[in-house]
Amino acid sequence: MNLAATLRTHPHARWIGLALIAVSLIALPFVLAMAGTAWVRITNLAILFVLLSLGLNIVVGFAGLLDLGYIAFYGVGAYVYALLASPHFGLHLPWWMILPIGAAVACLFGVMLGAPTLKLRGDYLAIVTLGFGEIIRIFLNNLSEPFNLTNGPKGIATIDSIKVMGLDFANTTKLGDLAISGTIKYYYFLLAVLVVVIVVNLRLQDSRIGRAWEAIREDEMAARAMGINTTRMKLLAFAMGASFGGVAGGMFSAIQGFISPESFILTESVMVLAMVVLGGMGNIWGVILGAVLLSFVPEILRYTVTPLQQWMFGRSIVDPEVIRMLLFGLAMVVMMLVRPAGLLPSAVRKRELAREPE
Amino acid sequence: MDTFLQQIVNGLTVGSVYAVVALGYTMVYGIVQLINFAHGEVVMIGCMVAFSVILALAPTGLPPFIIVGAGIAVAVPACMVVGYAVERVAYRPLRNAPRLAPLITAIGISIVLQHLALLVWSRNFIAFPQIIELKLFHFGSSDTSASISNIQVAIILTSVAMMAGLLWLVYRTRLGIAMRATSQNPQVAGLMGIDVNRVISSTFVIGAGLGAVAGAMVGTYYGIAHYQMGFLLGLKAFSAAVLGGIGNLGGAVLGGILMGLIESLGAGYVGDFTNVCFLDKFLPGFGEVCAASPESSLFGSNYKDVYAFIVLILVLVFRPSGLLGERVGDRA
Repeated sequence: MNLAATLRTHPHARWIGLALIAVSLIALPFVLAMAGTAWVRITNLAILFVLLSLGLNIVVGFAGLLDLGYIAFYGVGAYVYALLASPHFGLHLPWWMILPIGAAVACLFGVMLGAPTLKLRGDYLAIVTLGFGEIIRIFLNNLSEPFNLTNGPKGIATIDSIKVMGLDFANTTKLGDLAISGTIKYYYFLLAVLVVVIVVNLRLQDSRIGRAWEAIREDEMAARAMGINTTRMKLLAFAMGASFGGVAGGMFSAIQGFISPESFILTESVMVLAMVVLGGMGNIWGVILGAVLLSFVPEILRYTVTPLQQWMFGRSIVDPEVIRMLLFGLAMVVMMLVRPAGLLPSAVRKRELAREPE
Repeated sequence: MDTFLQQIVNGLTVGSVYAVVALGYTMVYGIVQLINFAHGEVVMIGCMVAFSVILALAPTGLPPFIIVGAGIAVAVPACMVVGYAVERVAYRPLRNAPRLAPLITAIGISIVLQHLALLVWSRNFIAFPQIIELKLFHFGSSDTSASISNIQVAIILTSVAMMAGLLWLVYRTRLGIAMRATSQNPQVAGLMGIDVNRVISSTFVIGAGLGAVAGAMVGTYYGIAHYQMGFLLGLKAFSAAVLGGIGNLGGAVLGGILMGLIESLGAGYVGDFTNVCFLDKFLPGFGEVCAASPESSLFGSNYKDVYAFIVLILVLVFRPSGLLGERVGDRA
């Protein structure tokens, strides 16, 4: 009897599959911890990038608006968290209050960016969003005087960690013989948020709003003729994408405990965009795959390139960081030339990209 | 008054460099309706190549004019090759693809160019060797009056010469006629026997050549080069092209010079206008800050780089066709 075939046809196959994935995701940090806590931390950052990519996917993938300044919203969320939960202003609000505030502020910035740029399309929009991202970064860098809001390039340190019912995520907890480190606790926290975000995204895609976005992406004129309020829908896409970015930024702040404008540079925006493009714009699972790949491959490179070079040439010649960026750039070019719809293309997007020019 | 005049001179110098870079953007846009995202990196590579040649020749003691000339002479063909390659790899295969695709390859290409430059020239700032003796020409009689340096004069003259050369090329040569025809309607131009691919390649190559000279000039002016310098320079030049009306050669020149002036005057004066020290009578806290530094302003010269973006956003919102432009942002 073919086991795989039985499993596929079994009425509960879907649930069994989900359960298997859930169990492996729950066990993952303990397996990774055996290889070193660093890997758990890398996984946490990877989940943050998945969250960011899913947020950007709403703007780029669903609504077809190319946003090159997405990291600004991540930065806004991170700074909101840092300012409201650090000794910088002496405020220590709880996380469940700050994350929604961060999402709201990021959403506001999303509307601020969206409103004046609604008329623009394609490459113009890309440049304006890029400029917007840079403006936010320059302000974060310079708003230390005359009134010290962001502490300038020095950044904000000793940001509060997340605490749930007296359980501090910064420390290690003992559960019997099992020591659960703070990093692992954050992993579960992020995983929970990720599941929520994925469900929201899946529901969003099939909703009235999701279909309206798709229509705008395909043909804005036709969408308007069909009675879609394109202005409102595009603003909504910016606002929702931005709030996801804001939430991810707040969690980044809490996990790192230190942030500075350095973390919110253009390269990061491009990286998130590369994840969305590589995975497949508009396809939620594709985007997740892209984010996971582009988060882990550079780390694996970091651990292999330097030793390999030392073994071959006796010293490190090329910085793994440079190789990472070169690969990013090449991946973006090659993907567009060879597989423009991404690794896991969304059905509609694929059709659109294969379309004959008018 | 002297400060004002000085800011104008500085603005004109930087603005003429922006204008030359903006010409590269606007030419490509005029012909294929694409923003050549990698143009800033081409300018950076031009600057780097010129610096390498100048650094190598500096100890020979040749006259500075010849050394810098040699730097530019090597940088121009190098950038032309890069420009040609970028067009072949990133743009030509995607000419009929949806707009998002070539834009993303362009970003990819500019990342690749930037990091290749990092590999070749390291991540350090490269300083320009002291071969040119700085001479100041004062407008007034005193030594503190506004002045223009020999480097500034050279930059402005070179830019004007290049703009004139480009105008001659576009309006007086066969290639120029072919370029204008292709920009109006590539299909019909093809039917008229114009090799459209060759014309588009030449546009990229000419734009890259202009960019190389601009890169060498901006490097000489600021005395420093860095592998990331192309990004901001490119963005400002692009904003300048949009300000003037993208696709319009005269517009790019006007936009570039305006952009240089806006930036220079903005850095010089917005700080004074937004000085917050008059508030110390009303608000507590400002007193100590202003006592420590009476120049405390909301937007000092450290916000210099913001002005270009603000101009860009304002133009796109209120007059997407630019000052002299015929093309509308909506069509992009």
